[in-house]
Amino acid sequence: MSVTPDVLRDSEPGLATTAERQAVVDRAGQTPGREWVIVTRNLQRHYDMGGEIVRALRGANIAIRRNEYVAIMGPSGSGKSTLMNVIGCLDTPNEGEYWLNGQLVSKMKDDELARVRNKEIGFVFQTFNLLPRATALHNVELPLVYAGVSSEERKRRATEALERVQLGERLHHRPNELSGGQRQRVAIARALVNNPSILLADEPTGNLDSKTSEEIMKVFEELAQQGQTVIMVTHEPDIAQHARRVVVLRDGVISNDGPPSRVIPEYVQGH
Amino acid sequence: MPFLDAVRLALATIRVQKLKSFFTLLGVTIGVMFLIAVVSIVEGMGNYMENEFIGKLMGVNTFELRQRPNMVTGNVTRETWLSWLRRPRIRVSDVEPLATQLPAGTRWAHTSTDQVSVQSRYASPKDLEASAVDGDYFTIKRLDMAQGRAFSAQELQLGSSVVVIGPEVAKRYFPNLDPIGQELRLAGRPYTVVGVTESQGSIFGMSLDQFVIAPYRSPLRRVVNPPGVVDAVIFQSPTSEQMAESMEIVRGLMRGRHHLRPAVEDDFALQTSEGALAFFDKIKANLVAAGVVLPAFGLIVGAIVIMNIMLVAVAERTREIGIRKALGAKRRDSLAQFLVEAATLSTVGAAIGITLGIALAQGIAAATPLPASVAPWSIVAATLLGAGVGIVAGIYPASRASRLDPIAALRQE
Repeated sequence: MSVTPDVLRDSEPGLATTAERQAVVDRAGQTPGREWVIVTRNLQRHYDMGGEIVRALRGANIAIRRNEYVAIMGPSGSGKSTLMNVIGCLDTPNEGEYWLNGQLVSKMKDDELARVRNKEIGFVFQTFNLLPRATALHNVELPLVYAGVSSEERKRRATEALERVQLGERLHHRPNELSGGQRQRVAIARALVNNPSILLADEPTGNLDSKTSEEIMKVFEELAQQGQTVIMVTHEPDIAQHARRVVVLRDGVISNDGPPSRVIPEYVQGH
Repeated sequence: MPFLDAVRLALATIRVQKLKSFFTLLGVTIGVMFLIAVVSIVEGMGNYMENEFIGKLMGVNTFELRQRPNMVTGNVTRETWLSWLRRPRIRVSDVEPLATQLPAGTRWAHTSTDQVSVQSRYASPKDLEASAVDGDYFTIKRLDMAQGRAFSAQELQLGSSVVVIGPEVAKRYFPNLDPIGQELRLAGRPYTVVGVTESQGSIFGMSLDQFVIAPYRSPLRRVVNPPGVVDAVIFQSPTSEQMAESMEIVRGLMRGRHHLRPAVEDDFALQTSEGALAFFDKIKANLVAAGVVLPAFGLIVGAIVIMNIMLVAVAERTREIGIRKALGAKRRDSLAQFLVEAATLSTVGAAIGITLGIALAQGIAAATPLPASVAPWSIVAATLLGAGVGIVAGIYPASRASRLDPIAALRQE
């Protein structure tokens, strides 16, 4: 069974030109169907920084199918973080459409966005962002708390999620009693516990040494193989290497999109 | 929203930051403590009035016929007072015609009291309350004898020079002696002690055991009142319904005896224990109001402190709020989290205040003559007040937390 969309096979050149990317987004249709987990059309986001307008996104078009493992790369100031915030439903675009799992997110209000974050998105942050005073188990339970899941069910599912990342023995440890790699695995368990449509990781290895980074990448690899859609924002080519597809952002637009074997050398060269 | 989680979190915060929490809760604790203490003492006085004082002074299903009320509700103007003094006195000749018209089973007594110099061979003279009584006085007043006996019908009839005295009188005038059969001088005349009553205890520190009672027809009557005049006629009915009925009969008869025309007001007073209670209830309402207003300042200060602490907590935990929002906390979840936390904090403060307040009330009751009784409603009210103060104080900080932008909150170090 092929889980990779035909246009994005590793052997193919990918979406090298703007026209090709536009074509894919158009093909996703007016209302994207179930196979498209993310479709953005002409995403624009600008900020007013004391009278000066900063245009962070200037019309980004991305289409991501279910079960893809995508790395988003870009130098600082490329709009990478803004795109990540919009995809993570923490921010909304000024212009353009964002479809997540068949829902038009770009027009949603605060509380609807909170619901979508809770249901559709599992965040993994560079700084882990665990609650320091809560145990691993309680940290993982949090998304279920806001989903209104009963306390017993919460415990059961959080325990399962922690076992899935080999932390079944550390349920009652607090973050400061865990190593960096273990903390990030707790964060991954928390991201997965509510069965989100996408796992959204922001520089997930930024605070880890290279050995631990490899360990975390192995976890992502396994999740991707199990069919979890993974989107990872990173500026490290070594980390992006693990993805099946790399999207490069430059000056608020997508400048390259394709298999790592082609895109990463081009990115490193252009840098 | 995870209500219990928020409560647990708040309790954990208190445990971790004991000193800070102590100062946070101090205002609410002190406010609630004084509220409970004051209400307990006022309530204790109220219970005391209803259960003991009124019973001792008035008796059950009892009303008194007097020239003017001796327990007054509110302020009496000088004119009213003077008009009371102009009223005809109640006369001993009124008693018989009234008593014969009342339903069977009704008891009566009359009494006339004044300060009289009392002296014995063993103690110097001192002014005491001396009453000249007739009828079923001891029965209506529930005065039981600890020693000796009450007056016999014959002694009442003949006006023998005998007295029944309170235990304090016995102790003062006959130290370490058996008072029965001893001589006691009232206004210079000798009387024989025939009985000592049981102790009536005290009201607000005033002993109820310092009295001397003699038969009405004894020479004492000439000392306490002008000839033929009595202070009060007391009637006791078997039931409260019959008491109401008897009061109307007495009212009608007295108006007839005083030749009052229908439009003219009564020129005598019919006083019941309910009337006396109403008098006390009015005092009590004022005391409760004072007892509530003063601690309220403590609670306002407490609310301001809690609001400050919660603002600090929101600032300190901006990142936590951001994390929770990223994981799906809606605005109302963040709002509820901090409201519950503020309410929990101040409810804990109130709980400590309730404990200290009860202790304070018991301490005051033990150290002074004031009685204390903890009213269950005051505990409920104090708890609700504590939670309410927390919620009011928490609204502003919590709404700030709920409006935080998740991206900015997550970026916070």
